Amino acid sequence: MNIFEILGPVMVGPSSSHTAGAVRIGLMTRKLLGQKPVQAKIGMYGSFLATGKGHGTDKAVIAGLLGMHPDDIRIPKSLELAEKEGLAFSFEEANLRSAHPNTVLVEVTGDQGRELSVQASSLGGGRIMINRLDGIDVNCTCEMPTLIVHNMDQPGHVAEVTSMLSHKSVNIANMSLYRDKRGGRAVMVVETDQDIPQEALKWLEHLEGILKVTYINVGGE
Amino acid sequence: MAFGSLDEVLGICKEEGLPFWKVILRDDTNERNVSEEESLRQMEELWDAMLLAASLYDEKEQSNSRLVGGAGGKMQAYVEKGDTLSGPFMGKVIAGALQMGESNACMKRIVAAPTAGACGVLPAVLVPYFMEKKADARQITEALYVAAGIGQVIALRASIAGASGGCQAEIGTASAMAAGAMVHLKGGSAWQIAQASAMALKNLLGLVCDPVAGLVEVPCVKRNVVGAVNALAAADMALAGIESRIPPDQVFDAMKEIGDRMTSDLKETGQGGLAGTPAGREIAERIGR
Repeated sequence: MNIFEILGPVMVGPSSSHTAGAVRIGLMTRKLLGQKPVQAKIGMYGSFLATGKGHGTDKAVIAGLLGMHPDDIRIPKSLELAEKEGLAFSFEEANLRSAHPNTVLVEVTGDQGRELSVQASSLGGGRIMINRLDGIDVNCTCEMPTLIVHNMDQPGHVAEVTSMLSHKSVNIANMSLYRDKRGGRAVMVVETDQDIPQEALKWLEHLEGILKVTYINVGGE
Repeated sequence: MAFGSLDEVLGICKEEGLPFWKVILRDDTNERNVSEEESLRQMEELWDAMLLAASLYDEKEQSNSRLVGGAGGKMQAYVEKGDTLSGPFMGKVIAGALQMGESNACMKRIVAAPTAGACGVLPAVLVPYFMEKKADARQITEALYVAAGIGQVIALRASIAGASGGCQAEIGTASAMAAGAMVHLKGGSAWQIAQASAMALKNLLGLVCDPVAGLVEVPCVKRNVVGAVNALAAADMALAGIESRIPPDQVFDAMKEIGDRMTSDLKETGQGGLAGTPAGREIAERIGR
């Protein structure tokens, strides 16, 4: 941890995980949606459900959806502000299994009609993880350009992705691989230092054994 | 690279004849690839944010649960009458810790140091010291590097999260950071800084995280007081030339071991300890957990 993770962040209280992290989840959801949210259904899970109200987690998520950062002093008033901004919202218990204790499921609709479902968890100290996007496991912070490739668990797919990135002079910052079983379905999550060009993503989509290509680039905070 | 031990920091201080804070500053410039000016500017901004947060306390505010609010105002009024047992400076420290803890619970803007729950400890000792003009903003900024350096080593060797290490990891760490910062402000040596941090943490080892109803309110607000008061006692001991028989790094390791052995009902789950008392359960029940 660098010294400004020890001293800081400057944030609206009372909890870095239940308040600051929740604001970040709302904000990242807004960025991922790429539109102004007009409707949001928010499902709380675990400790967020049990103690969220007392920690202002509900206000925090809405504040993030309205585009606020964790140090915004308007966070306590976000529910009122949402009305003025034309954001309709509702809260419920999220029906999830074996998720991180501080998890929220946000189903959001944008002003141009786009819909998105984001399942995210707050890991402590204000750090967050996006677990699922529209039901697909991603498990990334989404703070860097992120490429998520679903493929068959066969030799060569990692090489295809990495050689494409190398060809486009894109440097890999982090990479993780998951699979359900040997020879089954696999997921590759690649965080990169540079933006990946669209045509490279299109090329990747058409390869044999590649099932789905998702690319997220919303920029950090 | 963050330092893995205070021994390592002290070694560099000795070899290169640098003060503790400068070693931490230089390391930050390397780790984040920023200039000294940039790093110092960021630290000054943090100090400004702390001062602002301290000045915006409102004794009329209450938390959503209504469990906390107003204590900082009561304490301040009592201190202003000039007849405290612990003296005027300590009185201000106690009031400051309560006020920042309450501001946090009331969703006001604070500086996590090292966490939001422990945000009152450092400003409680630094703000009155600054207000009494015993240190200027530049010296306080240096002291914040000292505090951050200590916190960084503890985070690496043990933990600064109540959920993994109990309250000793939050208030204990904050107290160790504040003790070191105060020794720096009083002109103590790097060695004394390390000793103060060790003694401060030793006194809080074993402290569990048992928040009533899982909220950062009871007992968190008042534990900021013990963190701040204990930091001053540890700093004074170190400045008097008293040393910790157990070296600082080994104290941090002991904190980690104790935290690992703490059961989960005592680590921020709002189940054991004070949260599990009849009164604690009743409160949890009442506010609709």
